Amino acid sequence: MTLDEASVPRFGAGVRFQHDRVRDAWVVLAPERLFLPDAQAIEILKCVDGRTSLGGIIDQLAARFDAPRAVLAADVGAMLQDLADKGAIRI
Amino acid sequence: MSNADAPLGLIAELTHRCPLQCPYCSNPLELARSAAELPTEEWLRVFEEAAALGVLQLHLTGGEPTARRDIVALVRRASELRLYTNLITSGVLIDQAMLDALAGAGLEHIQLSFQDLDPANADRIGGYAGGHAKKLELAERVTRAGLALTANFVVHRQNLGRVPEMIRLAEALGAGRVEIAHVQYYGWGLVNRPALLPTRAQLDEATAAVDAARESFKGRLAIDYVVPDYYATRPKACMGGWGRRMLNIAPTGKVMPCHAAEILPGFTFPSVREASLSDIWYHSDAFTRFRGTDWMPEPCQSCDRREIDWGGCRCQAFALTGDASRTDPACALAPDHQVMLEAVRESEAAPADLVYRRIGAGTGLAKPPGSGAASQSAMPQEADGVGP
Ligand code: SF4
Ligand code: SF4
Repeated sequence: MTLDEASVPRFGAGVRFQHDRVRDAWVVLAPERLFLPDAQAIEILKCVDGRTSLGGIIDQLAARFDAPRAVLAADVGAMLQDLADKGAIRI
Repeated sequence: MSNADAPLGLIAELTHRCPLQCPYCSNPLELARSAAELPTEEWLRVFEEAAALGVLQLHLTGGEPTARRDIVALVRRASELRLYTNLITSGVLIDQAMLDALAGAGLEHIQLSFQDLDPANADRIGGYAGGHAKKLELAERVTRAGLALTANFVVHRQNLGRVPEMIRLAEALGAGRVEIAHVQYYGWGLVNRPALLPTRAQLDEATAAVDAARESFKGRLAIDYVVPDYYATRPKACMGGWGRRMLNIAPTGKVMPCHAAEILPGFTFPSVREASLSDIWYHSDAFTRFRGTDWMPEPCQSCDRREIDWGGCRCQAFALTGDASRTDPACALAPDHQVMLEAVRESEAAPADLVYRRIGAGTGLAKPPGSGAASQSAMPQEADGVGP
């Protein structure tokens, strides 16, 4: 599964992205897996709603953080591709 | 040592009852009877304490967890507490109504164990006629209900050659994850080790098959594969290290760092009936004794892997050397590594007969079952960092 800007990423079955009150941290919970996203990954994952395309997510983040789109596109794509390879993100 | 991190996972062994009788069952040789099991209200309280303590994932297991009549209520409460709830089951007791109720209660994931691919063989190993067909049917219904599915295959010398077909079956059933777990040689597995431990050649073939499948199924099917320690040169960090990530609660309420720890002498495992989970995690002798690195003997104490594998498994050290505080014999640097090599040599000889588990059988004469117990699960979760 290779993501391109038209792909619509969503969390796979049994994958949950939630805030943990005890640690005050965001976590991705999946079958027998637990991922701890860093600050940038958290902002990206908050945009994953199963409707917005990868391109749309990049646009949102570029506007919000006033960052050059090309740089963001590479980072966002790589992060979501990594989670897709691990089965946590589906397209 | 009370500066430990909060636990990530709780393994709740709800019951030792099980309609199956696998010869490699990881439950203790002395199985708890149902009258001694924690009642519903106590499990609910334990789940609340666990969530407050920082537990994120709850693994409901046994025995067969659905042998408990209150299974749906337990799942519902766990899900209200925002615990990620995973049911580890043989599946034979779950009909459509129960599956719907579990999904409605907020269950996230079902891990379904298969004894083999060939129905007749699978039913012989599990000692339950028609069990295999029921599992196939259930797997389909699980994914249709939108729940995540893991197919679990426990492998050993009698079925290891069929790993590629196991992976294909998992994918065909719609599983997002497959677990190929070698029998763990404690309890019933140790009794039956001569009949179950694969040969080196069998193992290498299976490992190559898993590597190839990982590449071709990338992104569609996560494959977790646990190799037996007997062929390793370094041990596994059992449960991510003693008292570092996981709590395991036996049906009677006894809390242990690992389900196999019950075999360790000189330990009093505290019960949720007498102490809070927080107290047990941070302060009990059972959880602090082998936590961290202070307790370690040489060669671990001065080894640069001591915070990677944490000296390996305490239960294995005890089972094979009689002393839980020794370096895990799975490590090639361990003074006792020889015992592993001897077991491997023994496995090259003709397989012995299997001894089937049952409640009240003591060390297990080959009589039929009565009650059940937990499946072999590959591993507690890894905490992975993710970031661009
Ligand atoms: S000596 Fe101890 S710490 Fe080092 S690899 Fe072996 S078991 Fe692990
Ligand atoms: S609990 Fe034991 S007997 Fe029951 S299915 Fe699991 S491994 Fe088999």
